[in-house]
Amino acid sequence: MHFFAHFGQYLLMIRALFVKPEQFRMYWRETLRQMEDIGVGSFLIITVVSLFIGAVTAVQTAYQIFGNSLVPGYYLGWIVRDTTILELAPTFSCLILAGKAGSNMSSELGNMRISEQIDALTIMGISTEAYLIGPRILAAIIVIPMLVAVAAMLSIVGGYVSTMVSGYVTGGEFVHGLLTSFKGFNVQLMIIKAMVFAFLIASVSSYQGFYVRGGSVELGQASTRAVVYSCILILLSDYVIAVIALN
Amino acid sequence: MIQIRDIRKSFGNQEVLKGVSADFESGKTSLIMGASGSGKTVLIKCMVGLLKPDSGQVLYNNRDFFSLNGAEQKKIRTEIGFLFQGAALFNSLSVEQNVLLPLDMFTNWTRAEKLARVNEVLERVGLEGVNPKFPSEISGGMAKRVGIARAIVQHPRYLFCDEPNSGLDPGTAGRIDELIQELTREFNITTVINTHDMNSVMEIGESVFFLYKGEKRWVGNKDEILGSKDEALDKFIFASDFLQDAKHAMLKQGGRDAIRREMARNVPVANPEAAAPESSKS
Repeated sequence: MHFFAHFGQYLLMIRALFVKPEQFRMYWRETLRQMEDIGVGSFLIITVVSLFIGAVTAVQTAYQIFGNSLVPGYYLGWIVRDTTILELAPTFSCLILAGKAGSNMSSELGNMRISEQIDALTIMGISTEAYLIGPRILAAIIVIPMLVAVAAMLSIVGGYVSTMVSGYVTGGEFVHGLLTSFKGFNVQLMIIKAMVFAFLIASVSSYQGFYVRGGSVELGQASTRAVVYSCILILLSDYVIAVIALN
Repeated sequence: MIQIRDIRKSFGNQEVLKGVSADFESGKTSLIMGASGSGKTVLIKCMVGLLKPDSGQVLYNNRDFFSLNGAEQKKIRTEIGFLFQGAALFNSLSVEQNVLLPLDMFTNWTRAEKLARVNEVLERVGLEGVNPKFPSEISGGMAKRVGIARAIVQHPRYLFCDEPNSGLDPGTAGRIDELIQELTREFNITTVINTHDMNSVMEIGESVFFLYKGEKRWVGNKDEILGSKDEALDKFIFASDFLQDAKHAMLKQGGRDAIRREMARNVPVANPEAAAPESSKS
């Protein structure tokens, strides 16, 4: 029953986003601010994580397949590329962003709720859901796929560098693998996944913060819930998208 | 003018407002007075639509707020200014941006026109030159003034203040009261103030409404309140700091001798034997 009450309120929140903005310019300004927060604010962590994930993927894949002399060396580049694009870049990056950007959104909105700033906006006549949550979701849907694309590229770079350092295959073989059987659809799927995950992170985190009641303890709990629920929904939707798109 | 009719509001089994009705006239400061937990904040939140009453009407110049559609409610909200207990300033915005926000959102004025209006209201509340400061860089009293500036920047017809003096020293509280009353008269605003501060009541209570356990208990003005025969109101007045303040003022008027006499009367007896009457010593 509790779940249905929250789900109903979540749907009402989503419906409340679709109202005519009081001043389009103000909504766009807020969207740009959020894009900067999510994009610039998360760039460093995404860069570091992606480089190492790519490097570790390459090393561990090499360890598994090169005991078998029948597997050609260029397979390493191929496997690193497809694993990164199809799974690691969108899913791993978005799990990190759920912790970084999601908890930030939740605590910012929760703090605004507790200190009556949201009430102040409501009394002014501003559509608070549309003004505070709409730009966050839009910014996330625009910026997170960009971050995921960058993460994919950096992962592959990380894989290439680690392969060079460890000497499993030559640079030429790795690049040959990258160019073998490339499917543009995989990149499309990566972007679709990133957009879905972005929507889930921004909407679930905003929901948790926007409707928080109580004080600082409840605010902390709301931020934790925002991260946990976002992560679970990312993994669940990842599976659903994979089943629908790849079967 | 704002009229409320038979407002009822419960949270679970707890009935917080039990059929409250009142009229608040324009150009007057009307005070809703009551102890903590009497339902003042719930009532004011029902009046501005932050909470929906279980039953009853809130009429803004005969327009029933809760029977209007969303767009019409929004129109009324743009006519409302609200000063929150904690000022509710946006922490990430400067003082200027805080006051500018309603103008940015609801007007198509040029930047220069908007800034001129912001400077005008900041000057009106005595805060010239603080435009670039952030809420964390100003005092509680200044934050309240910025809250008032933001509330009046769009020329509201209705002004609500929730505990405007809480957390302020008596001097600053008095100045905030005076400012609210001046603005009310100057712009003929309908002002409703929630308070439990008897000093405010005696200072600006042109119309006073005493709320007790969710019910309207007494209505009058500051000149009538000390002569009221209501038992709950008497208890509230006697429990407030106001009488202490009045006592201090009387003592001050009586000069140092009066203060010494009062102190001597209240000095705890260190040696009971010495303090006992002569007749009891024998």
